[in-house]
Amino acid sequence: MQLAVWTYEGPPHVGAMRVATAMEKLHYVLHAPQGDTYADLLFTMIERRGKRPPVTYTTFEARDLGKDTAQIFQDAAREAVARFKPQAIIVGASCTAELIQDDPAGLSEAMGLPCPVIPLELPSYQRKENWGAAETFYQIVRTLADKSVVREPREGRAARVNILGPTALGFRHRDDLVEIRKILALLGVEVNLVAPLGATPEDITRIGHADFNIVLYPEIADEAARWLEKTFDQPAVRTVPIGVGATRSFIADVAELAGADPTPALGDTSSRMPWWSRSVDSTYLTSKRVFIFGDATHAVAAARIAREELGFEVCGLGCYSREFAREVRAEAARCGIEALITDDHLAVEDAIAAAAPELVLGTQMERHIAKRFGIPCAVISSPVHVQDFPARHSPQMGFEGANVIFDTWVHPLVMGLEEHLLTMFREDFEFSDEAGASHHAAHSPRKASVQAVSEAPVEDIPSSAMADADGTLWTVEAERELKKIPFFVRGKARRNTENFAAAEGRRQIDLETLYDAKAHYAR
Amino acid sequence: MSVADILDGCAAELAHDTGPAIAPARPVLRERGQREVFCGLTGIIWLHRKMQDAFFLVVGSRTCAHLLQSAAGVMIFAEPRFATAIMEERDLAGMVDAQDELDRVVNRLLERRPDIKTLFLVGSCPSEVIKLDLAKAAQRLGAVHMPRVRILNYSGSGIETTFTQGEDACLSALVPVMPALAADAPKELLIVGSLPDIVEDQFLRLFAEMGIAKVGCLPARNARDLPSVGPGTRYLLAQPFLGETAMALEGRGAQRIEALFPFGVDGTSDWLRAAAEAFGIDRALTEQVIAPGRARAARALANLRPQLEGKRITFLPDSQLEVPLARFLQDELGMELVEVGTPYLHRAHLARELDRFGPNVRLSEGQHLDRQLDRVRADRPDITVCGLGLANPLEGEGLTTKWAIELVFSPIHGFDQAADLAELFARPLRRRDMLEV
Repeated sequence: MQLAVWTYEGPPHVGAMRVATAMEKLHYVLHAPQGDTYADLLFTMIERRGKRPPVTYTTFEARDLGKDTAQIFQDAAREAVARFKPQAIIVGASCTAELIQDDPAGLSEAMGLPCPVIPLELPSYQRKENWGAAETFYQIVRTLADKSVVREPREGRAARVNILGPTALGFRHRDDLVEIRKILALLGVEVNLVAPLGATPEDITRIGHADFNIVLYPEIADEAARWLEKTFDQPAVRTVPIGVGATRSFIADVAELAGADPTPALGDTSSRMPWWSRSVDSTYLTSKRVFIFGDATHAVAAARIAREELGFEVCGLGCYSREFAREVRAEAARCGIEALITDDHLAVEDAIAAAAPELVLGTQMERHIAKRFGIPCAVISSPVHVQDFPARHSPQMGFEGANVIFDTWVHPLVMGLEEHLLTMFREDFEFSDEAGASHHAAHSPRKASVQAVSEAPVEDIPSSAMADADGTLWTVEAERELKKIPFFVRGKARRNTENFAAAEGRRQIDLETLYDAKAHYAR
Repeated sequence: MSVADILDGCAAELAHDTGPAIAPARPVLRERGQREVFCGLTGIIWLHRKMQDAFFLVVGSRTCAHLLQSAAGVMIFAEPRFATAIMEERDLAGMVDAQDELDRVVNRLLERRPDIKTLFLVGSCPSEVIKLDLAKAAQRLGAVHMPRVRILNYSGSGIETTFTQGEDACLSALVPVMPALAADAPKELLIVGSLPDIVEDQFLRLFAEMGIAKVGCLPARNARDLPSVGPGTRYLLAQPFLGETAMALEGRGAQRIEALFPFGVDGTSDWLRAAAEAFGIDRALTEQVIAPGRARAARALANLRPQLEGKRITFLPDSQLEVPLARFLQDELGMELVEVGTPYLHRAHLARELDRFGPNVRLSEGQHLDRQLDRVRADRPDITVCGLGLANPLEGEGLTTKWAIELVFSPIHGFDQAADLAELFARPLRRRDMLEV
């Protein structure tokens, strides 16, 4: 048993729902008790979908157990097919139905339904949402793809591609797709199919017509893409175009497979992020310590952008999906840190507290953690919240995505010029540390106790030194001096000084130690 | 669509009143099929706010944890007083003893949270299906942790409970541990059903003014501070979904005071008067105490009546609040009830409410979602009260909706909330008329 307060991922059948809801003319018959319908509100409320997810829940009750739950399933499946006339259905069980072992696959097979039935085996007690989405998409593709398709020769026609991975409830999938289509248009590449988002089961049958695939979200599409590679000899572009550098690589990869000239796409004049990052106001971003946590794809992309495109220092990197831990560990190694692979948000909270970053890039979960710590934060990944579905176009991918990322990550920070003013006038009451950035209305209150201690006159403190949690001793003078350092670098100064003191074997941190440490760490 | 059309083919399911003989027979459309409702676990969202020393540990699956976090909507509480012990493959495959695992999780939790005084082990669909005995676990763990922590259990599973029935199950679990009221003690009043503190305080002030000295509340704000119960207890239900709790209280000798539920001027007056009568309070005094609240509520409702009068409303089954709320909207705001759906119809507790319904109100119990939505589309009511999963899709079809869950989370009982309650229905209609996009 695992004690959980909040979870990063739902159960695997919610992943299946994300695929079903993204598609058209596909229906999901889910063997489940009442209550599991809560999942509908993820789509109708968070994503503001104006249509019910195409899911029929069988709604069995305690009194049905051991009697006719199988019949309830068959009735529900028959009714759903008659009412919604889908081109295909997927069938499966939620966690409770898995325990009663009714075998929706066998039951629906025996019914002779007038449309293809795709059975799903999603082990609820082992796997989670993203895995469920990937498995569902793979099963749909494997079952429906017309394997007799033979591609006509490439000569005299444009290259054709499948874009794989966007689903319902995905982080900016809708907008990313617009950017990807833009790039493909500039390269003269034709889109054979986008799936799951917007695809019908009939569309899926034609998946073999494409020359190659773009794996936009590996968490969802990788499994299917590997099968397509084997079955139809379709190579895959696996570069995820989040960030300027990754977008350039993506364009090069696509151009190569399509035999196209990458120049028009690479020369996109709306790519502003490189100049925004080089312009002098951004100097203050240099080596800002950033903590990154999310799904593997977005976390790895964020780490690269942070290091290479914004000049941040990545002080923490992790993801909640064990399936993609390897990629995250590799990226963490490039940042010179160890990756945090966990789905326990309390462990993430501890790691953030320990790293004392100046910016957190995470999910809605990290947004809450950062808010409590009073650290600026931007959301980069699922799990999502209603705010992550903005009305405006707000992609993460492509050059426009990089522009959006620059704004989203930099705005929570104190702005460049303003940071200098705060430093210069920090003794002025109007520029008090507690004021924070002028463009943020609300700030988490700092802990009153800390303030009380550091503002108390020296004479009132019985001992001249205070021990912090680690037993390191700060003299009152040193503690006061530390307070004069602007708050946004104070955490770093404290940590560096303590590390320095520990390395030097100094038992007490006085003014001398503080300035020795400053000299030691001077860049 | 006529009533006959709707009932066609459902004749076998058409049940007649089996409740108290005084009530005339009223046809009820009983349906089975897909339900679009929450399970009883959802009650934890408001119960953990109400009982500030209690912690709710769901023993369930990842789905349960995901439900709680999705239903809570926003993850606002740093460390809420609820959590899920997520069962994993090894718990089910018998690789570990689930009871040992539960001990481990509970011990760790209680170590970390010394502020917990009452711990509810809450059963879920999977724990019920594998027959994990939480009563036994509560007893065993209670022996270890009492008196510091009292450990109780109930089931909020979707195979047994619908939405607000979770509160019913939770409160029934509290009844056996309520202290005994001596058989010869003077009569005491007990208000049953969780109310927002502000509303509870309003009622307590009114009862005090009437001179009813001892008034208990179930649940109490501190779960370790439970009121007494015994043959001298006269209880008033503040919520219409507490059938099991009522039975448990009666098992301990308490007697129910029959009244309308305290929504609107009529409901609140009837509820307060019934209690006053049971305690032999002078009628003139009762009227004097309730007069200012009645007047205020009537004044506030008068402003809203023009917005709601004549408007047609359908309730989809959700919280069991549907019947008394529909009565309020019909009697005090002049709304026309098209269909009143409820997940479960408690005949005895709702008898007086149902008596007020006009003859053409379609009353339905249970749900077959798609058929019910067909009826909504055919009826085209001015406003449909439904769950969060259905609201935007219905709005997308041009039907104005009110999310039912807000009725559970907002203070709506009593005189001073009557207009707030009406406003919850008026606002979506007003908004629809305001928007020009």
